Amino acid sequence: MAKRSAPEVNAGSMADIAFLLLIFFLVTTTIEKDSGINRKLPPMEENEEDVVIKQKNIFTVLLNGKDQLLVEDELMEVKDLRAAAVEFLNNNGDGSCDYCIGAGKDPSSSDNPDKAIVSLKNERETSYAAYISVQNELVAAYNTLRNKRALQLGPTQGFRDMNFVEMQSNYRDARFVGDKEKLKAVIDQIKIEFPMKLSEVQ
Amino acid sequence: MSKFKKKKSGDLPAISTASLPDIVFMLLFFFMVATVMRENSLKIQNNIPLADQVEKLDKKNPISYIYMGKPSKGYEKFGTEAKIQLNDQFAELSEVSAFISAERAALREELIPFLTVALKVDKEANMGIVGDVKQELRKVNALKINYTTGKGDALTNMN
Repeated sequence: MAKRSAPEVNAGSMADIAFLLLIFFLVTTTIEKDSGINRKLPPMEENEEDVVIKQKNIFTVLLNGKDQLLVEDELMEVKDLRAAAVEFLNNNGDGSCDYCIGAGKDPSSSDNPDKAIVSLKNERETSYAAYISVQNELVAAYNTLRNKRALQLGPTQGFRDMNFVEMQSNYRDARFVGDKEKLKAVIDQIKIEFPMKLSEVQ
Repeated sequence: MSKFKKKKSGDLPAISTASLPDIVFMLLFFFMVATVMRENSLKIQNNIPLADQVEKLDKKNPISYIYMGKPSKGYEKFGTEAKIQLNDQFAELSEVSAFISAERAALREELIPFLTVALKVDKEANMGIVGDVKQELRKVNALKINYTTGKGDALTNMN
């Protein structure tokens, strides 16, 4: 019997369509990466010596069980914390910080960024969300100052238009073209100039 | 005569399945690329807070995860207080140090000082349990920690 077969659908281009989709998904999906706030815990010490620190060099931040924020014995909103911390750290009370831009020079606030300590205290009932917000704002305060300093210091070392956060990510980036050792030196210098002294009270 | 009758094509032509392997491979590749292997199945709620001053966790260095949060649906018998989850099960505070030792034992020696402990803590957990875990970590000298957060505006956390 003569059988007339129906014309077959041309499937030759199916593979092309498949590859097109594959490439589309390859390009558009981003694999979730872990990110977060890095912290270093203080080591356990057997006999802790009491170090005398002037009260004016301590920036006390207290977060109570109801997530209320008390900064230097005054009630404050989290959104104002960053500016307050920047002002405290950048105060330059004793005039020894020649790189502090726009320092307040308030004699009752911190002497210089090296001596300034942020003390964070929280209660057991404090929510983790509030704690992270406060941590974030304090880190942001340090980053603000470091960024400013980086924009000032960077051009003298040949790193134009790069703030501190960008410097750090460039330093880690394998594709960065430039003198990494020099960049490291700049990063280290800024870290020394604005050391992150964040102490947590247990 | 039937010999000269042309048979009408009544049957549907079979659809070519020649490209089926292509489609299957495409799906396979897609899932291979896009899935992140989850090491642990979570028994707790884990809605992590947001922050904008985040740093990427360096995958080159070893990371251990400690999860904290309220037991999720189906595990209500463990209570409504935030609990610690290590690997695949609920753990007590005292087990944290053993967990870190076990994680360290599984590493090459030169990597041990670089072990980072990532704390994946639910937004609603309170700091009591986090503080306790931090204290335990200090005892075993695992000082590099990371509060894992999403990227976003930190001020929205408390709403």
